[in-house]
Amino acid sequence: MEWNMRRSRRLWGAAAVVTTLSLVLTACGGGSGSSGSSGEVDPNGTFTVYGTEPQNTLIPTNTNELGGSKAVDAMFAELVAFKGDNAQPYNQMAESITTPDSKVYDIKIKQGWKFHDGTEVKAKNFVDAWNYGAYAPNGQINTDFFSNIQGYSDVHPDDKAAKPTTDKMSGLVVKGDYEFQVTLNAPFSVFETKIGYTAFAPLPDAFFKDPKAFAEHPIGNGPMKFVSRTPNADIKLTRFDDYQGQDKVKFKDLDIKIYASQETAYQDLLSNKLDFIETLPPSALAGSKYKSDLKDNLVTGHLLGISTIAIPYYVPGYNNLDLRKAISMAIDRTQITKTVMNDTYVPADGYISQGIPGYRPGVCEFCKFDPAQAKQLFAQSGFKGKLTIASNADGGRKEPLVAACNSIKNVLGVECDFVPATDFGQWRSIVTGHKLTGMGRSDWSADYPSIEDFLNPIYKTGASSNDSTYSNPAVDKLLEQADATPDKDAAVKIYQQAEDLIAKDLPSIPVWDEKGVAAKSKHTKTVVLDFRRRADYSSVEVTK
Amino acid sequence: MIRYVLRRLLQLIPVFFGTTFLIYALVWAVPGDPFSGKCGQTACPQAYIDLMTQKFHLNDNLIVQYFKYLGSLFTGDWGETFNGNSVGELIGNAYPITLRLALVAVLIEAVIGLTAGVLTGLRGKGFLDNLVLVSTTFLISLPVFVTAIVLQIVLGTEFGIIDTSVSDNPGFGELIVPGIALGSLSMAYIARLTRTSIAENRHADYIRTAIAKGQPRSRVVGVHLLRNSVIPVLTFLGTDLGALMGGAIVTEGVFNINGLGGLIFRGIQNRESATVTGVVVLLVLVYLLMSLIVDLLYAVLDPRIRYD
Repeated sequence: MEWNMRRSRRLWGAAAVVTTLSLVLTACGGGSGSSGSSGEVDPNGTFTVYGTEPQNTLIPTNTNELGGSKAVDAMFAELVAFKGDNAQPYNQMAESITTPDSKVYDIKIKQGWKFHDGTEVKAKNFVDAWNYGAYAPNGQINTDFFSNIQGYSDVHPDDKAAKPTTDKMSGLVVKGDYEFQVTLNAPFSVFETKIGYTAFAPLPDAFFKDPKAFAEHPIGNGPMKFVSRTPNADIKLTRFDDYQGQDKVKFKDLDIKIYASQETAYQDLLSNKLDFIETLPPSALAGSKYKSDLKDNLVTGHLLGISTIAIPYYVPGYNNLDLRKAISMAIDRTQITKTVMNDTYVPADGYISQGIPGYRPGVCEFCKFDPAQAKQLFAQSGFKGKLTIASNADGGRKEPLVAACNSIKNVLGVECDFVPATDFGQWRSIVTGHKLTGMGRSDWSADYPSIEDFLNPIYKTGASSNDSTYSNPAVDKLLEQADATPDKDAAVKIYQQAEDLIAKDLPSIPVWDEKGVAAKSKHTKTVVLDFRRRADYSSVEVTK
Repeated sequence: MIRYVLRRLLQLIPVFFGTTFLIYALVWAVPGDPFSGKCGQTACPQAYIDLMTQKFHLNDNLIVQYFKYLGSLFTGDWGETFNGNSVGELIGNAYPITLRLALVAVLIEAVIGLTAGVLTGLRGKGFLDNLVLVSTTFLISLPVFVTAIVLQIVLGTEFGIIDTSVSDNPGFGELIVPGIALGSLSMAYIARLTRTSIAENRHADYIRTAIAKGQPRSRVVGVHLLRNSVIPVLTFLGTDLGALMGGAIVTEGVFNINGLGGLIFRGIQNRESATVTGVVVLLVLVYLLMSLIVDLLYAVLDPRIRYD
């Protein structure tokens, strides 16, 4: 069946090419497509995307990786959504979100929205879902996202042995069918953006009746509804015609095809058996082969993420500002992103990804390549011994870091070695166990597009991902002040001040910022790669 | 014969326990935190770790864990993956496909390998012998993943004769090319083995007697010569079917075939210990069964063995 469909699509494609060609010849060409595909848009077409097996059950509060979120994000709609091309937040299910003090939020939701089982989405569906996600015994992976709601410590005590006293957070109050109130522990102005994250989706009553059955057949309120799932093979979704949001899809079926290897998926894409892959395998990146392979079918985006080299404070000898500056200025970022990373990254010059409101170029003044000054600073630092950069070596992580090491070696005349870890799991246990013996890779990608998400989790004292054990009371104070500032623009300015202080301390060295290169088939007319490295389904148009 | 079969069956029991325990220990007792890297760039929340620790009995010591696992295994429960899929169901979906692939591969091996072996073994030195020698050397020196990727890119992406990946539930036709990739190495071994064995037995006394008795050539070769020469080949084919189940890891990975090999491939990649243990335990059973069948076939082919 599948095969026949493909074949007929191929025929249609040929027919479409002929039609367009004749249109062009008679000088009828109207709109200019951003991509090279031609042919009529098929509203009943199938869009096939590369997938990996979800790591957890397909529930928003339990999904935080790409494999699962490809399906979950299409099935659920949150209060706030982000535009695919520029990550601008806008109200999706929320009618209005108001707050006098950034601490108490009054949220009204739109009426008439339905879950895929026909029941209406009401305020209590949000409250119940968030309580479920926060309640410790449910063991949800995204539970930390609810931690700044008042009453979180009652449902999720810090102490492992303590039993939660209740399963409802006091900060969540249903005020009517379409209105609820959220009270936070402390003022937090970014909350309005944060609730666009997957974990904050509503769950239907059916979920609470039988979570196990729900996991096998999820029911959401998003633009696409669940059809079937075969583990390790595919997840199939189809358009939900009653969907009210503005991110409706312009095709009918979404087929998330699960592959064991990226290489195979890439070969399938080149032979038009697969419509979209959001990341290219190392073999295609080598020597920029992808550019000639894909031509018009190359899709570039801008991921909101940043790669840094962390210099942990707990490693002896590394807590030395001159050394930090010298290392940073000895890395030739432009050269490495161009040659080793084949133009898939751009040099970083601050602690925030380019494209986030509040990003300023050149925040990190020591991120310029300056061999002479680097040498001088290195001499001042008095560092003796060998430098190391550690990282997991798989997935193309090794090569750019080896290049950075070589750049440091050449400029400073100090020995520099790359120290590999076997895989991501082992690498993470080294980092979280504070067992680094030198510098280490430290990459971050945003869960939601806000300057706050690049600072609080990484640079605040004792924060969840502050693996370098960086601590600066002035930074902490500024971050708290910014969190508590209701006016968004004013808050951004204070976050920027914190970033300036961080840039002076150099707890980690910003190196590069990923562009995101994806590929589409010739059946796909348009597709946008969003900031989370996913196809923005509402932008997709497939041809017949 | 019955005593022979019984003895062989009893031998399976300690082998089964020994191998499964080793597998379980190797997969689950790897040093390091099983939850590191499971939650991406941030550490896993304690609530999640607690839930999973309880679910997979990670707090018990290894022996207790193993017996709990075996206990549920005997009731037909293969356990669950971290993302809540039943391992039994995964295996149930995967094994028919792998069986199909292995059959295709064995068929290719047996037909091409045996034919080439018999032909060269009977003729002796000459052009054909050299051709087989060179081509089998070539095949043996190529790792399976090279053969697979070359076939995929050349026949699939470049010429478009085959699909670059195989559909969810492939038929025999789709599996021919992956089967060739999978079976190529063993095919070369079989050709070599058969050739040597035939060449050796060709001059044996019983063959000369058969020819002297005026038996037709086809009977001499087909019954007298082949029956005796095929014993070492059979050993190889038997254990190879087990090896094909596991050896398919690479091939199934390349062609995205949803079989047991693919299951292990992904299990290892995602550190899904439950899947890996489950599939490998199954493979152990297949190996044990195959070697049992081979031993019994020996006894059928060579009566001296069963009277031992």
